[in-house]
Amino acid sequence: MFYREAGQFKTSYAADQGLLPIVQDRWFVVGLLLVAFIVVPFIGNDYWFNALLTPFLIYAMAAIGLNILTGYCGQLSLGTGGFMAVGAYATYKLMTAFPELNLIVVMVLSGGITAAVGVLFGIPSLRIKGFYLAVATLAAQFFIIWLFNKVPWFFNYNASGQITAPPSEMFGIQITGAEANPAITYLFTLSVVTVFALTAKNLVRSRAGRSWMAIRDMDIAAEIIGIRPLMTKLTAFAISSFYIGIAGALLFAIWLGSAEVTEAFGIDKSFLVLFMIIIGGLGSIMGSFLGAAFMMLLPIFLKNLFVDGLGFGTGFAEHVQITLMGVLIIFFLIVEPHGLARLWQIGKEKLRLWPFPY
Amino acid sequence: MTKLLGGALVASLFAGSAAAYELTIPTLDYRTGPYAPNGIPFANGYSDYFTLLNERDGGINGSKINLVPCETGYNTQKGVECYEKTKNEGNGAIVYQPLSTGITYQLIPKVTADKIPMYTMGYGRTSAANGKVFDWVFNVPLTYWDGATIAIQHIAEQEGGMDKLKGKKIALVYHNSAYGKEPIRTLEEMEKKFGYTLQLLPVDHPGQEQKATWLQIRRERPDWVLMWGWGVMNQVAVKEAASIRYPMDHFIGVWWSGSENDVVPAGDAAHGYKSLAFHAAGSDFPLHKDILKYVYDAGKAVDGDFRDRVGEVLYNRGLIAAVWTAEAIRTGMKIHNTNEATAAMVRDGFENLDVNVIRLKELGLEGFTYEVKVSCANHRGQGKAAVQQWDAKAKRWNLVSKFYPPLDDIVWPLVEEDSKKYAEENGITPRSCN
Repeated sequence: MFYREAGQFKTSYAADQGLLPIVQDRWFVVGLLLVAFIVVPFIGNDYWFNALLTPFLIYAMAAIGLNILTGYCGQLSLGTGGFMAVGAYATYKLMTAFPELNLIVVMVLSGGITAAVGVLFGIPSLRIKGFYLAVATLAAQFFIIWLFNKVPWFFNYNASGQITAPPSEMFGIQITGAEANPAITYLFTLSVVTVFALTAKNLVRSRAGRSWMAIRDMDIAAEIIGIRPLMTKLTAFAISSFYIGIAGALLFAIWLGSAEVTEAFGIDKSFLVLFMIIIGGLGSIMGSFLGAAFMMLLPIFLKNLFVDGLGFGTGFAEHVQITLMGVLIIFFLIVEPHGLARLWQIGKEKLRLWPFPY
Repeated sequence: MTKLLGGALVASLFAGSAAAYELTIPTLDYRTGPYAPNGIPFANGYSDYFTLLNERDGGINGSKINLVPCETGYNTQKGVECYEKTKNEGNGAIVYQPLSTGITYQLIPKVTADKIPMYTMGYGRTSAANGKVFDWVFNVPLTYWDGATIAIQHIAEQEGGMDKLKGKKIALVYHNSAYGKEPIRTLEEMEKKFGYTLQLLPVDHPGQEQKATWLQIRRERPDWVLMWGWGVMNQVAVKEAASIRYPMDHFIGVWWSGSENDVVPAGDAAHGYKSLAFHAAGSDFPLHKDILKYVYDAGKAVDGDFRDRVGEVLYNRGLIAAVWTAEAIRTGMKIHNTNEATAAMVRDGFENLDVNVIRLKELGLEGFTYEVKVSCANHRGQGKAAVQQWDAKAKRWNLVSKFYPPLDDIVWPLVEEDSKKYAEENGITPRSCN
């Protein structure tokens, strides 16, 4: 009943292939964006912006990036943390070397640099597949982190090896640095993520996206029908790394403000983002957001529930929360191996038939 | 479960109506994660002292202390979450003690913007010692760069004078992170001046894997080994040093590498291991008796099972951190003539902090540490450090040297240089301190 499509006729190919062909979906997304852009900045507080929403959006961005590579093109990667570090360090070097450069330009350039690095580490993907490729990208993860920790040029010869984002402005409004209004940084992140999420949604329906899926589903068959495997895989690596690089840049410059490479971009970040897309749903842009919410927001919610709501000791609450998260991940993967996005889809199908299921 | 929830709800309703002024002090603890064994004693010492003030004295000058614990797991992102969550609690947080170099770097710009003092005792950003640039950050009583010069002074004393350092080989085994890298520049500076050769040996997080490092030490046989380690890295290092029969009294850790956790696992082999310290170990001080009586016996301790471990090195470190913080709050109250201290007043209190020997005696800590005196320009006070040595048979740490002052002619120009760079990068005009 809620998804009754009766009466929605498509009279052109364009309408039939629209981004969101069902009217209800379209209104839902528009409404959600309006709330996120107009209502949330007024009702939120610093804690919402700095501790919940901004990191959630940044991780969603990284998850979209990994989903393009792993979910759509089928190339398993464990190098996410390393690529995020490339984005962050590129931003740092550009911001300190060219202070007058616009932050958007810096981010796009950082994404480009990360894309180049991603392509470099994607070259072996023609010959090696699956778990073997995962090990190759794992090498990228360790090499990049080691490099940024070892060579002082990357952190401008700072005594402690930390990188710190200098304050920067855009149209006279401060975007980075601690004096930046949290609502503004949230809006900036939201704009970037919205633009790139819509681009990704379009991209996976395009020729490039369909070739990725063909490679993922059966690479030999794809090759026979005329898709060039190396080019397709490398574009997936490039675009995925571009997204992940921008996520790293946002993480460092907008959210944290300073970072230590081993801690902020370690191997656990690679796993975290991989879990996000597995829980959220492989090959789904929506799933990237759901997975990021599950892995980022649920632990904080549980922690606050246990400590403030139930009065547990902080250390005990943390242990309970870690255990519970593990149990929930296993539970979700047993109940729905295709992730939260699939649950959402099933929900929509049920709503379409409601109240008369068959 | 519903009963529990209901109880919490009712309690929070009543808490809302009680409007007495409370001093909100968030404690960013880590009782979980890879460094938990070190984080727990510190967190307990820090909390127990404030609980003691509440139980014995009714708070500070009549204002009750509201401790707000938050778990960081030594993770910077969780640390930021904790900061955002607690900063507006009650009347607003009045002081932060993040106990992590990573979180400190993250919070320096934030506390400066939010105008809340941050106290990083013996860690954090060294150049924050320059109060002209870092208004809101304090690292009383000393910094890693001071520590490096003190370790070298101790070595020189053992060798028979500063001129005997020439030609000696000194190795630094360090945690390959912001924290571990801190002393390198100072040690290199002194290498130029005193003529020893420095060998750098990084150990990656968390530090269980050190075989290659100690193989190198066995081959090169440095005359002295310094260590900047934390957590499991320390105990592994002590065990490895013992296994290559490196002379333990030539092996000196920084103050974070000298607790019971680090030496007990190595057993008798750790006998003679040294570390820097800026306070004594043990629970023979009158203050500890009060803590046992008012906090543990009254069942008010945050971690009741900890009773037997009161007086461990890291417990005492948490304790002295809390003592200096409380004294800063008291000083701020005195300056502004009120018992409702705000964050800005506590900052003034830190800037005029003066805990001398007489005050230490009043606090029940005679002989526990030395006097500290902070000023507007110098946020690290007149810090000193001594060397403590582990006695494996008696299972206790003993102070075996005098308290050395740092070599300011080496450290301070570096502090000036680094803080100047920070000020330029962030568009800060250093204030004058006259």
